[in-house]
Amino acid sequence: MRIACPFCGPRGVDEFAYLGDATVKRPNADAPDALPAFVEYVYLRDNPAGLHRELWQHALGCQSWLVVTRNVRTHVIDQVEAARDVAAARSSEAE
Amino acid sequence: MSTDNYSIFSVLREALRGHTGWKPAWRDAAPKAAYDVVIVGGGGHGLAAAHYLAKEFGVTNVAVVEKGWIGGGNVGRNTTIIRSNYLLPGNIPFYEHSMKLWEGLEQDLNYNAMVSQRSVINLFHSDGQRDAYARRGNAMRLHGVDADLLDVAELKRILPMLDYENARFPVKGALRQKRGGTVRHDAVAWGYARSADGRGVDIIQNCEVTGFRIEGGRILGLETSRGFIGAKKVALACAGNSSRVAAMAGMRLPIESHVLQAFVTEGVKPFIDTVCTFGAGHFYISQSDKGGLVFGGDIDGYNSYAQRGNLPTVEDVCEGGMALMPAIGRVRLLRSWGGIMDMSMDGSPIIDRTPVEGLYLNAGWCYGGFKAVPAAGHCLAHLIARDEPHPVAAAYRLDRFATGRTIDEKGMGAQPNLH
Amino acid sequence: MSQSNRLAAGGLIDRASSIGFTFDGRRYAGHPGDTLASALLANGVKLVGRSFKYHRPRGVLTAGSEEPNALVELRSGARREPNAKATVAELYDGLEATSQNRWPSLAFDLMAVNQLASPVFVAGFYYKTFMWPAKFWEKLYEPMIRRAAGLGRLSGEADPDSYEKITAHCDVLVIGSGPAGLAAALAAGRSGARVILAEEDFALGGRLNSDRRLIGDKTSAAWAAEAVAELESLPEVTVLRRTPVVGVYDDGVYAALERVSDHMREPGAHQPRQRLWRIVAKRSVLAAGALERPIPFGGNDTPGVMLASAVRTYLNRFGVAPGKRAVVYANNDDAAATIADLAAAGCEVVAVVDARGDAPALHAAARAARASLVFGGAIARAYGGRSLKGCEIVDGRGGGFKVACDLIAVSGGWNPSIQLTTHLSARPVWDDRLAAFLPGARPVGMEVAGAAEGAYGLGDALAAGFRAGAAAAEACGFAAGAVDVPATDQEPGDTHGRGPWRSPVKRGKAFVDFQNDVTVSDVELAAREGFKSVEHLKRYTTLGMATDQGRTSNVLGLALMAEITGRSIPETGITAARAPFTPVAIGALAGAHRHKEFRPTRLPPSHFWAEEQGAVFTETGQWMRAAYFPRPGEKDWFESAVREVTTVRTAVGVYDASTLGKIDIQGADAGVFLDRVYVNAFSSLAVGKARYGLMLREDGVAMDDGTTTRLGETHYYMTTTTANAGGVMRHLELCKQWLWPELDVHFSSVTDQWAQYAIAGPRSREVVAALVDEGFDVSNEALPYMGARELTVCGGVKARLFRLSFSGELAYELAVPARYGDAMIRAIIKAGEPFGICPYGAEALAIMRIEKGHAAGPELNGNTTAADLGMGKMLSKKKDFIGRTMSGREAFLDPERPSLVGFRPVDRSARLRSGAHFVPRGETPSAANDQGYMTSTAYSPSNGHWIGLGFLARGPERMGEIVRAYDPVRGGDVEVEVVSPVFVDPEGARLRG
Repeated sequence: MRIACPFCGPRGVDEFAYLGDATVKRPNADAPDALPAFVEYVYLRDNPAGLHRELWQHALGCQSWLVVTRNVRTHVIDQVEAARDVAAARSSEAE
Repeated sequence: MSTDNYSIFSVLREALRGHTGWKPAWRDAAPKAAYDVVIVGGGGHGLAAAHYLAKEFGVTNVAVVEKGWIGGGNVGRNTTIIRSNYLLPGNIPFYEHSMKLWEGLEQDLNYNAMVSQRSVINLFHSDGQRDAYARRGNAMRLHGVDADLLDVAELKRILPMLDYENARFPVKGALRQKRGGTVRHDAVAWGYARSADGRGVDIIQNCEVTGFRIEGGRILGLETSRGFIGAKKVALACAGNSSRVAAMAGMRLPIESHVLQAFVTEGVKPFIDTVCTFGAGHFYISQSDKGGLVFGGDIDGYNSYAQRGNLPTVEDVCEGGMALMPAIGRVRLLRSWGGIMDMSMDGSPIIDRTPVEGLYLNAGWCYGGFKAVPAAGHCLAHLIARDEPHPVAAAYRLDRFATGRTIDEKGMGAQPNLH
Repeated sequence: MSQSNRLAAGGLIDRASSIGFTFDGRRYAGHPGDTLASALLANGVKLVGRSFKYHRPRGVLTAGSEEPNALVELRSGARREPNAKATVAELYDGLEATSQNRWPSLAFDLMAVNQLASPVFVAGFYYKTFMWPAKFWEKLYEPMIRRAAGLGRLSGEADPDSYEKITAHCDVLVIGSGPAGLAAALAAGRSGARVILAEEDFALGGRLNSDRRLIGDKTSAAWAAEAVAELESLPEVTVLRRTPVVGVYDDGVYAALERVSDHMREPGAHQPRQRLWRIVAKRSVLAAGALERPIPFGGNDTPGVMLASAVRTYLNRFGVAPGKRAVVYANNDDAAATIADLAAAGCEVVAVVDARGDAPALHAAARAARASLVFGGAIARAYGGRSLKGCEIVDGRGGGFKVACDLIAVSGGWNPSIQLTTHLSARPVWDDRLAAFLPGARPVGMEVAGAAEGAYGLGDALAAGFRAGAAAAEACGFAAGAVDVPATDQEPGDTHGRGPWRSPVKRGKAFVDFQNDVTVSDVELAAREGFKSVEHLKRYTTLGMATDQGRTSNVLGLALMAEITGRSIPETGITAARAPFTPVAIGALAGAHRHKEFRPTRLPPSHFWAEEQGAVFTETGQWMRAAYFPRPGEKDWFESAVREVTTVRTAVGVYDASTLGKIDIQGADAGVFLDRVYVNAFSSLAVGKARYGLMLREDGVAMDDGTTTRLGETHYYMTTTTANAGGVMRHLELCKQWLWPELDVHFSSVTDQWAQYAIAGPRSREVVAALVDEGFDVSNEALPYMGARELTVCGGVKARLFRLSFSGELAYELAVPARYGDAMIRAIIKAGEPFGICPYGAEALAIMRIEKGHAAGPELNGNTTAADLGMGKMLSKKKDFIGRTMSGREAFLDPERPSLVGFRPVDRSARLRSGAHFVPRGETPSAANDQGYMTSTAYSPSNGHWIGLGFLARGPERMGEIVRAYDPVRGGDVEVEVVSPVFVDPEGARLRG
């Protein structure tokens, strides 16, 4: 598997570290139902058998965290984005 | 029982007539309209649960539905190791229960699954690892499980092929469980299937679940590729695909699906007599009765439903192998395969009721599902029949993530790919 | 011995040169260009191995890597290589080969007694017996089975050869160098694309060398040689011989294995035995050809039975006649060429048995060869034991006759070599017309050309190869232009072999999988017992699981099962291959990563100095750390470590702390950021001050700890534990980039940039004062405990000085740029000499941190909370931080949780051991009475007895209580008293002094 780092170009998967699902969002700790929301955030996953948005870090490269959209049945990668851009877009949507 | 009794006498009798008298090991059943219990997944766990339901709990109006052929999932895609060398009190009694069932399995099933208690040896390479294994061994002993520490002199006798001279991470000793070992994996599925079938269980192959019928919070049955099947109780035993199937019942699970690769070499004459794990790299190895060195290492580390992995993991595992035993350099890797693991968020399984009444979950086995087959089947059968967890599986609750009573052997937290 | 079966002329061998080799100790001669198999056949050796289960005599069946029978041990001593295929092993001068799986000898194998019991030893018989009594399995049955199983032997010695790995990028990877592969490589190579042509054989050309065909006016072998010459002249083309592509991985990654020096007695100086190629290709062309399949009949494993195409390979490529009197048994027209080539080589073709009713091509060939011809017939049985003597032939009308022969050439049709198309899980597709599986979905970027996609004709294969090569090059942006496909001679007729799949006569054992001894009857038995899917068939009978990977047996077994159960082949199943395509030595996949080079070794800046001091080192992850510095007269680590501790506690010592993770943190929001990742506050920390910090994971469990110093308003310097340095850095980046991208903060790992020395002990201030440059005040007032400042030492060397203490003594950590690290340690030692300084290692450090009750790796074990560690009060209530919410889960608040306390033995002379479990005094050791465990222990020179740290249920409430430290795996059972975890200077007066 090879991942096209937006900053470094396509590199072998062995340069990257995996974290997991990029669709879960850290809840507001001050909300009244914060604990159940955190339990869901930390533990529950859709784990789809198809397109999966997931976090990888170019750990042996530029250190960038990336949001990779990948089909987990075929391992075919559709899209690679910088995590900070996705996060920024997501928080501006939320506002 | 409708099946043959297997013995040396029946084999000799058949030998005289060209083996023309053997009956099918199990019937290829078609689904009935309804059952008391339907188990989703014709792997080791589902077939074992059917066997114990019928044999121990007297529940025989049971079907096992399997989307492909039985035994085609992880029970046929593993490295065949059995052991109960766990650290935490939530795990040890369960895996020891499994070990005891393994010890009587063949007589129970009238099927030789080649349970081979050849010992499992976990090597350590530092003082810190030694202490961690001592803690584990002591925990095992407190639970009545066998464990001993080996020093290097003993190891040299048992495992002369290790690199003791020039290793990057010198071998300093090992934790051994003598009762650990290996089992002929496919035979486990077939043996349970044959026994369950003989007790009246319908094993329905090529029958894929497409949905659940749930009304008023209660399960009524399942939609399948071979039509609706009514059921008073339904149990999921489809590790690898647990999340997908549970989603049909509206549930999200603390599980990710990951691929674990495993490897076997060409057959060679006896080389290693035990199961051995490397403590400073990702590598473990044993030798099958047929002569192949069976080995594996770490999961690839990313979500996957593809039953195959990538090259860096293959290299990593073989590097571990050569670092540990440079005498395997010239033996050739023959086959590799990938299994899809239900990697749970704490590295431990779930055997529990679900929010849907009558729907039971057996999932999250990570890469430890094979050794658990007998106990998982037995505890799942207990849960289904009695509607309460078996005492040895009492910690495998679904709510433990909310309460914080997680069972994290490796101490890696909520990151499935690190367990 | 003379090469009695070597033809007078022909073949791609160097007849001018003769090379010697041995088989089972006998000496033979062959030629460069031979394989071991061709040379043995040339010498009239037919019996080369014994089968797996029945120990039946076996000969050479094929001429390639699909060989199931002719397996030998190659070489001797530590270089012994089991299960080598004689059909692939390239002959070299001095080659040593030994037959395997026989006793006492190949010709007289006592294990062949198994054949007598063969009515019992059918597929799966072992699942039905060997169960009584249960304990006999490990003691008797299994050892017996294991000794009998396996084939060759490992040497048991470390592999003396080296291996290497290479990563290559190309535009077009061409796999296989038969007609389609050479054509594809030519088309792509001529366009200027970067091409890698990988061929598993040592000769390029595939069947162009095995068959006598014409391309234009040249022989096929001559055309291949010219094509190779052209390819080798193209600058962007790399031709890899002896290099099978063994695996296809995601995104155009291919693994290939080059046998660099397997064709030599041993590798040359600095030469690897094999090289693993990781090829990243934009496009690939799979031109792997097709393999012939046998037709099972009784005794079809007798040495002398051979695939018809292999017979041609031995005749044409190697100039060897595999027999003198041949019978040809075929269900397709391809064998016509075998008949013709045998006749041309002067071999007698006594009979041609065509399984079909009437086929003109074989008719004509048989007539030309003056062979008798049987239409609609079959071979009922071959006989001869160790060497074929004849066979019984039946015709379609019930008649039969015996003929004497020493060769049976069998052709059952062809299986395209599509294995590499299925490595990424694509399913092959059954084609009824070709009676073969064809590639289904191709891996992204791969094209299949030639026989591998069912284009068996030479002309078709050439055309497909040129087309695929051109298309691949064009997809990479090269202009391939039009190609002139050369004309070829007359193609054979219908070569598809649509059955019959077996001889209809059942006499004796008819093998489907030769190596695993799986017969037609075994397939029938599997069907009878319900093992009808292909997966069940393979697993129950072991069909296709041998070292030949089922090349000659998989499709045949599937077809037979379909026939037996009355289903179509696709209904019965599909066989999809997994990597590797051909078996690969584990050493090659490991490459150079063995012995000390298994993993990189990191050395702290003082390492070479420490070596000079005679330090003993210990592995800590990738780091090598000095464990202790023995002095003359000290008899073990214990004495040295105790002396080092005593020196630190009474005078001064120096320790290289550079392995700690060090992270430079800068930005306007650095303080706010640290507040969110640590449980305690850092934004309020004054410039020039350091603070201990604890980080949790989001699930509330302790992750790492260390001190972080504020060097400026927007500048912090964090230290982490050695083990977690990488993980913490990754975590910080995630928090910043993903959770809080709006924060202005940046990180840089500076672990390798700073050498950092702990100078500890009551005299440490004097040592430090001697090192810092004039004008810098290191007095307690100017630099109090937990103070920090930037300054210069040793005459202008930039440095950072921290008043930190892990040992509990007055202590400093002095950091200088890593390039000064070696000079710095020498300067510290020199400056410290007047004060009695000694270097101390990891052992002494560990003793002192346990004496002070500091948590470290054994306590931060991934399951402990801040409260467990006695740091519950550090959790800020004023801010959110990672792990805060989840720390409130009910189990985290359970008062029964084991918490950190100290322990000392009731009998002060007793030794404590980490890993012991705590059991209440007077209670039976049991799971119910398990109350915790010891994490760290040390002999405390300051206390004069052993001390320990550990987690005990309700520990802090139980001070003074006596419990058992139970350690059955080491025979330990010691009574210990629960005490405070701080054993030295609990008020902390020394470190503030």
